[in-house]
Amino acid sequence: MKFAVIVFPGSNCDHDAYHAVRHVLGQDAAFVWHKETSLGGADVVVLPGGFAHGDYLRTGAIARFSPIMREVQQFAGRGGPVLGICNGFQVLLEAGLLPGAMLRNRSVRFQCEHVFVKVEQTDTPFTNACRPGQILRLPIAHGEGNYYAEPDVIDRLEKNRQVVFRYTSAEGAVTPDANPNGSAANIAGICSDGRNVVGLMPHPERACELALGSTDGYVVLESAVNAVTHGMAVAAR
Amino acid sequence: MRARVFVMLKPSVFDPQGTTVADALHTLGYASVTGVRQGKYFELDIDADTADDARRIASEAADKLLANPVIESYRIDIETTAAAKR
Repeated sequence: MKFAVIVFPGSNCDHDAYHAVRHVLGQDAAFVWHKETSLGGADVVVLPGGFAHGDYLRTGAIARFSPIMREVQQFAGRGGPVLGICNGFQVLLEAGLLPGAMLRNRSVRFQCEHVFVKVEQTDTPFTNACRPGQILRLPIAHGEGNYYAEPDVIDRLEKNRQVVFRYTSAEGAVTPDANPNGSAANIAGICSDGRNVVGLMPHPERACELALGSTDGYVVLESAVNAVTHGMAVAAR
Repeated sequence: MRARVFVMLKPSVFDPQGTTVADALHTLGYASVTGVRQGKYFELDIDADTADDARRIASEAADKLLANPVIESYRIDIETTAAAKR
């Protein structure tokens, strides 16, 4: 099966995602330049981390108008699995594929550290291999990861079980101290109504090998393979 | 014609940058500054016949790109003086 890794000018985790998919997961991966108008028959789309278009205006605000985003919108509309990591999550928010927006971190600092997140939903293409409530230790690296949405939107996300990842302590407690950026309700990642589009600020692709300090992120990519193999995403092709 | 577009975080949205700037001003001794909100300012030079046309175009631009309606609101001033037409 094939992963498409979208490359915007300023993406800098595109090679991390490619490496994790190709060399750790052992699946096919291809870079897709943002000016392209085809996803090349990919089964899974990854919007990688970085600073697309220099984060000018707002993070993801320019990238959402790249030609390839029309294809990503259609792919997502057909139920195809789309994963937005960090800047990729910000692009999905700006594109309206996921609800909400990102604010500057409450600390006003670029937070670069390992954090703990709890997997709250396992019925998405990127968490089906997780145990419910599994705690993952993943790296974050962002200045604008302070997730915001109106209270009624947060309520809806909770009610529809769209909060997929939440910042917690190592033991799984949802506390202010475990929240690295001030995100509403400690939200680290969410999914769409259809559950096939997932965005998160932490970097699972940078936590797939022991040499990188954690292998906890592997299960996220492994889930995508499960989803496609077992037909969860067949409708998208 | 020139449109001046002011984009601000909505009042309900916490502004970490503005708060940090306010803290710095307090450190400088400006105890009378009780609040700071930081926003963005754009000048759009627009080839339009009337102020209404210019406002409509600037408003569309703000809706589509300059502001994110989830967290921001905007205000537009249209300048029709000779200086703005240069």
